[in-house]
Amino acid sequence: MSTPYAKLPGWVEYGLIPLVNLVVAFAVAGLVVLLVGESPLEAAYHMVNGAFGRGEYIGFTLYYATTFIFTGLAVAVAFHAGLFNIGGEGQAYVAGIGVALACLWLDRFMPWYVVFPVAILGASLFGAAWAFLPGWFQAKRGSHIVITTIMFNFIAASLMNYMLNRVLKPLGSMSLETRTFEAGGQLPRLDWLMSIFGLSVGTAPFNVTFLLALAASFGVWVLIWRTKLGYEMRTMGHSPSAARYAGIKEARIIVITMMISGALAGMMALNPIMGETYRMQLDFVQGAGFVGIAVALMGRSHPAGIIPAAILFGVLYQGGAEIAFEMPSISRDMIVIIQGLVILFAGALEHMFRPAITRAVLAFSGRGRTQAAAKGA
Amino acid sequence: MDYLQLFLELAQSTVRLSTPLILAALAGLFTERAGVFDIGLEGKMLGGAFAAGCVAFVAQSAMAGLLAAVVVSVLLSLVHGYASITQRGNQIVSGVAINFIVAGSTVILGEAWFRQGGRTPALSEGARFQVIDLPFAEELRGIPLLGPIYADLISGHQALTYIAFLMVPASWWILYRTRFGLRLRAVGENPGAVDTAGISVIWMRYRAVICCGILCGIAGAYLSLAANAGWTKGMTAGKGYIALAALIFAKWRPVPVMFACLLFGFLDAFAIRYQSTPLPLIGKVPVQLMQALPYILTVILLAGFIGKAIPPKAGGVPYVKER
Repeated sequence: MSTPYAKLPGWVEYGLIPLVNLVVAFAVAGLVVLLVGESPLEAAYHMVNGAFGRGEYIGFTLYYATTFIFTGLAVAVAFHAGLFNIGGEGQAYVAGIGVALACLWLDRFMPWYVVFPVAILGASLFGAAWAFLPGWFQAKRGSHIVITTIMFNFIAASLMNYMLNRVLKPLGSMSLETRTFEAGGQLPRLDWLMSIFGLSVGTAPFNVTFLLALAASFGVWVLIWRTKLGYEMRTMGHSPSAARYAGIKEARIIVITMMISGALAGMMALNPIMGETYRMQLDFVQGAGFVGIAVALMGRSHPAGIIPAAILFGVLYQGGAEIAFEMPSISRDMIVIIQGLVILFAGALEHMFRPAITRAVLAFSGRGRTQAAAKGA
Repeated sequence: MDYLQLFLELAQSTVRLSTPLILAALAGLFTERAGVFDIGLEGKMLGGAFAAGCVAFVAQSAMAGLLAAVVVSVLLSLVHGYASITQRGNQIVSGVAINFIVAGSTVILGEAWFRQGGRTPALSEGARFQVIDLPFAEELRGIPLLGPIYADLISGHQALTYIAFLMVPASWWILYRTRFGLRLRAVGENPGAVDTAGISVIWMRYRAVICCGILCGIAGAYLSLAANAGWTKGMTAGKGYIALAALIFAKWRPVPVMFACLLFGFLDAFAIRYQSTPLPLIGKVPVQLMQALPYILTVILLAGFIGKAIPPKAGGVPYVKER
């Protein structure tokens, strides 16, 4: 991708421009709140209070953030190789099978720290497998990855509906879910981490998956910026023809990238299944795969940006519930609007304010330079 | 006679279910042929359906509802156009954004304005599109085979259904037999050449996007004013994506688009009708498999196992004029 724009200092590129995009997205969301006849400021107050007001609220915020870190990383890894993986939703959904199988198999006679690694493996394997086919089709058969991954989301929904209906549901049960896991399938909460800060986690399902998410973020950073594979991925993302010329095997990179992306999306399934409900329920992903797109765009595909972006969406989810409680006319669907606006302004319209900001920054720094020059003379 | 009755029932619901798909897929045909990918069909349809439901209820007029649907859908299309044509943003990201914005805001606004828990008030007969009986439908019913087909399958749909099926040859004519269509297709294949000929690529693409908005609006209005009596939360339920699948399945050509939509509509109708009855030879097919079939077929097609689906060459690429 060639950028016809002037090179800007890092703080503008990675700080100011995303911030301006984000502020505009929230301003438009505020307009929607006004249109409904409520006060945006009051909504913002309830949101911040609902997300940070108590230790328990913070626990919920970080619980949601954990999920979004995984899906955000999944989208980001694919972005680096120039691939757009819209299929995080389906990959996470199918990965639920991996988690559920590990738990159903081991939970009665193994402690959580044995079940957890097996479940991680299961989630990654199923997630990667669900991303393998779209990747392979793109690499070998030239079908468009975006379309294929969308289709795979729908196929995953049908598949999981079938699995929960016919295979994983206990006999005689009416609701579409697996049985509740015993102690081995329940991840410990991070009470100790919160109590360091003098906070109580309460009933919030803030669990060890959060630490896994942080480790995964570090792992992605190492992969993308410190390994040969990551270098090849980025080369392909910048210029497929240059990558081909350099002898990088395009098909191999596409398939591997998609599988890593799918595995990351898949690990998201650990959080709700083993961390909150202790069973796999129908539709447990609840759009988190799509939130990952917004998170990756906002975090500029860098783990250091993705973690704060994921926390911001955690705030939206947890604070949004509080808004819905305090101001009934603003339901949780408000989050979906904000998510869309963030995707629009931080993604599709990311360059809209760039010319103006570039001009402002250049004018500002230019004046500084002339003043310094005048002083020197 | 029993079989005829069964066939007619299935065919009727196939037509009903395919109508919005045909409109949306043709909408996608116009933009994608002009080089602008659009996965926002779903959102535009839903926005149109919502506007139609609101305005038709307030004005008590189906035509006003249809007009509102078209206006809202065109506005959303222009947002997509602004992001992907003028700002040269990522077209897929923009489409995804529109889907989310519409999915959320229709629910919030609907709840604020009507307070009926994710729906607009039920529309009376006058505010909906009425079933049209074609001339002599009843008189001709007596004719064996052809009579019932005419009376029950060809006659007895709402105006929008007929418009949808008429739009198929109309789109073909516009795309392949007019100067506008030639230029539109050229802009999707080789925008540089069109630019050299002194035609504005930007304006061409905007017009294509507007065409898409109009058709998506009609599709939305069909959902809330003809197929149902009002808008309900998330009523498009993936139809925009099925339409997209149909468009690819038809390899971006108008007449095959109709057949692909009819096929996907038939699968849907069949799945609804035969949810729990075992079929001869195959046995009982899980309904989930039937629901997933359009998507599976599209994936297989895209992977080049049934012919090859080659998208417009300049699709997804913003046009940058040489300096």
